[in-house]
Amino acid sequence: MTALLEMRGITKTFPGVRALDNVNLTVSRGEIHAICGENGAGKSTLMKVLSGVYPHGSYEGEILYDGQPVAFRGISDSEAKGIIIIHQELALVPLLSIAENIFLGNEIATAGVIDWADSYVRATELLRKVGLVEAPGIPVGKLGVGKQQLVEIAKALSKEVKLLILDEPTASLQENDSQALLDLLLEFRAQGITSILISHKLNEIRRVADNVTVLRDGATVSTFACERGAIAEDRIIRDMVGRDMAHRYPDRDAEIGETLLEVEHWNVWHPEQVGRQMIRDVSLRVRAGEVVGIAGLMGSGRTEFAMSLFGRSYGREISGTARLRGKEIDVSTVQAAIASGLAYVTEDRKSLGLILEETILRNTTLAALERVSKRSVLDTASERQVAEDYRRALRIRTPSVFQKVMNLSGGNQQKVVLAKWLFTDPEVLILDEPTRGIDVGAKYEIYNIINELAAQRRGVIMISSEMPELLGMCDRIYVMCEGALMGELGKTEASQERIMSMIVQGRQEG
Amino acid sequence: MSHAKTNTEAAESATLGSHLKTHLREYGILIALVLIMAFFQVVTDGTLLRPVNLTNLFLQNSYIIIMALGMLLVIVAGHIDLSVGSVSGFIGGLAAVMLVQWGLPVVLVIAICLVCGAAIGAAQGYWVAYWRIPSFIVTLAGMLVFRGLTLWLLAGQSVGPFPKAFQLLSTGFVPDLFGVGKPNVTAIVLGVLAAATIVWLSARARARHVRFGIEGEPFTIFAVKNALVALAIVYIAWLLATYRGLPNVLITMSVLIAAYTFLTNSTTIGRRIYAIGGNEKAAKLSGINTERLVFLTFCNMGALAALAGLIFAARLNTATPKAGVSFELDVIAACFIGGASMSGGAGKIVGAVVGAFIMGVMNNGMSILGIGIDYQQVIKGLVLLAAVIFDVYNRSKQG
Repeated sequence: MTALLEMRGITKTFPGVRALDNVNLTVSRGEIHAICGENGAGKSTLMKVLSGVYPHGSYEGEILYDGQPVAFRGISDSEAKGIIIIHQELALVPLLSIAENIFLGNEIATAGVIDWADSYVRATELLRKVGLVEAPGIPVGKLGVGKQQLVEIAKALSKEVKLLILDEPTASLQENDSQALLDLLLEFRAQGITSILISHKLNEIRRVADNVTVLRDGATVSTFACERGAIAEDRIIRDMVGRDMAHRYPDRDAEIGETLLEVEHWNVWHPEQVGRQMIRDVSLRVRAGEVVGIAGLMGSGRTEFAMSLFGRSYGREISGTARLRGKEIDVSTVQAAIASGLAYVTEDRKSLGLILEETILRNTTLAALERVSKRSVLDTASERQVAEDYRRALRIRTPSVFQKVMNLSGGNQQKVVLAKWLFTDPEVLILDEPTRGIDVGAKYEIYNIINELAAQRRGVIMISSEMPELLGMCDRIYVMCEGALMGELGKTEASQERIMSMIVQGRQEG
Repeated sequence: MSHAKTNTEAAESATLGSHLKTHLREYGILIALVLIMAFFQVVTDGTLLRPVNLTNLFLQNSYIIIMALGMLLVIVAGHIDLSVGSVSGFIGGLAAVMLVQWGLPVVLVIAICLVCGAAIGAAQGYWVAYWRIPSFIVTLAGMLVFRGLTLWLLAGQSVGPFPKAFQLLSTGFVPDLFGVGKPNVTAIVLGVLAAATIVWLSARARARHVRFGIEGEPFTIFAVKNALVALAIVYIAWLLATYRGLPNVLITMSVLIAAYTFLTNSTTIGRRIYAIGGNEKAAKLSGINTERLVFLTFCNMGALAALAGLIFAARLNTATPKAGVSFELDVIAACFIGGASMSGGAGKIVGAVVGAFIMGVMNNGMSILGIGIDYQQVIKGLVLLAAVIFDVYNRSKQG
């Protein structure tokens, strides 16, 4: 077996963050190579380096492909060599037909005039290869996600693919579609096509992968042959999560009091896709002074749960009850949810949490303008006082509260979002990925703020994809998988291995 | 002591430069207006600022400015309203039918028309806000519908003349309460009062800013700006006084400008409209009832379009099926020349008003010079383009 691809000592830095640190990856000819790692471990970054999204020169290290050093300056360079990447977010144009999508940017044409007859013939041929029985003329938007994925693969095949990279291809697929896709991969292997499979789903890796590389915190942890047995699965879990946990989280003496928020039998359906249930019968509670975590992988329904609870900002046909201190509360609109004492710090602070072109001051008071106004007339003096108070309390580093938030660093932006919600004086705060994309120092400050909130007898629900963070911060952790709670772990019994195995178990059942 | 003083002076001049640079857009538009006026004043041999012409300038542009106030809110909220010209024409026709053909009393007719305008705005805002149909489409439809309804209502003919009381809405003047007549002392007194109020308000705001340590504009700029603005107002009042005094419509317009400036700067409603335009999803997740505010913004636009339609009809003393054609373009252009952001979230009332005056002065000046309507359109189009390019360039430079 000779290596088709060798990536040696790849290091990629972004301002303030080292996304990849001396990563090595060797993929043999004709194998299916799985890459595992937690969210943010650097899997996608590595694939972007490989495919030329980050051009040669923007990273350190070297890439050998077919034994030759290569220097891709863009996706077109890597595609010319037969390296095709299929992203988690499909890159299809829904209103164009299957055939048009397959040959998009690569049309079968002479002098700019498309040969439709030939296009259809060749599209039909490609569809047969991927096992999709559809007419090539129908629009892609009419197909389900599973079939769209097959169209993407057909598109890759049309470009004479030698190395096919699939980024979490089954994340949004139903079970039987996933099985079909994996079978297709095995078939490609028989035909000599090499694949890289990025996946969280250990049972799938066990089924198809020959070798596994585990990444953690931007570095290669291990590469080993996948023996298609439970032993390999355990090892993958251990390598994915194992890291030193000393003193990355501030200490807190939890003084847990009465129950604040109780949610019971919460069910939510997908806003567009009829019959797709996103949240299944979720019940949970948060007590005063308690930090409760919700663990789970991306797409497990944590954000959907939080947003549906916070003023029905997500989903349809929401059912279930929410009680605060034993009394049922109205959470049917965002205004009502805020008035009931809830606050939700969104996962995506730039597009959902902040008004980037406005000042720190205006963002801080936005959710509680009535507290700085009399009969709808703003009191600019007290508004300024409020903004200054929060700036000091949360240590927002800025020359002035009149700075636009777009000019702040990620950590300071997150503090502005927190300030906005603290000013509504909530009883329960839901923090969705509160430390995503911010540096280590700012993370520690955010943890301190969370502990301070708990000390003020508020309840905190913390959603995070970083398991060590949940283990370091939470008094109790719920594990969510495919929209349902798989169980609940107390501080002493929780461990990354237990959470992971609960998730894996949920995946296999689902 | 002297050493310390030079230090502060150096600091002052440094902030002066940087302040001018960062606020180039705001001052730029005012300076542009002054330059354009100076240019036409010279090339028309002083005709531009003759009392008669100045009075006409206000009468001719009042309805554009009034609609620009509403349009600014719509644009800040991230939308557009293309129907305002047709709506104002339709309301003018409606007023004519009620006054001339049915003989209803003037006050009642004005009230009905304003309510009607708000209802038209509501009908369009409903689809935009609650059904999320793009405002461009909804109001384009409204533009066609109300143009057609105007034709139908007036049966394709002009209807007039109006009763005297109605004409006063536009062509009336505030009588001289001091009995002098010429010059009109009331006009001068009101002008001085207005200038004094503006200076007092901005001095108070500045004092408050200094007390809280907010970096405002350097004192030199503050003083020069206020002196110029006050002088300009008093001078205009004096010019108008030597003709027939203050037009009624100028009073209406000034009150509205003041009210909408207050609304956008100092009320929660104003703040929330900016938030919606800045980031609608974030605004919604902050508990702002985005649908209702967008809806109300359109209602408000409808009512202002109705008022503009009444004033326009009163000025012509007849309602014609052609009334209000292409007004929407002037109104939208005024907002963008005045620095409103195309994607919503930014823009000022003062900017829109100055933008409207720039268009108005150019129209007026070019007409005096006898420049053909063909070239006028070309020049206005280029000015709009230049203003927006200047905006985009400025923004990209600030990064």
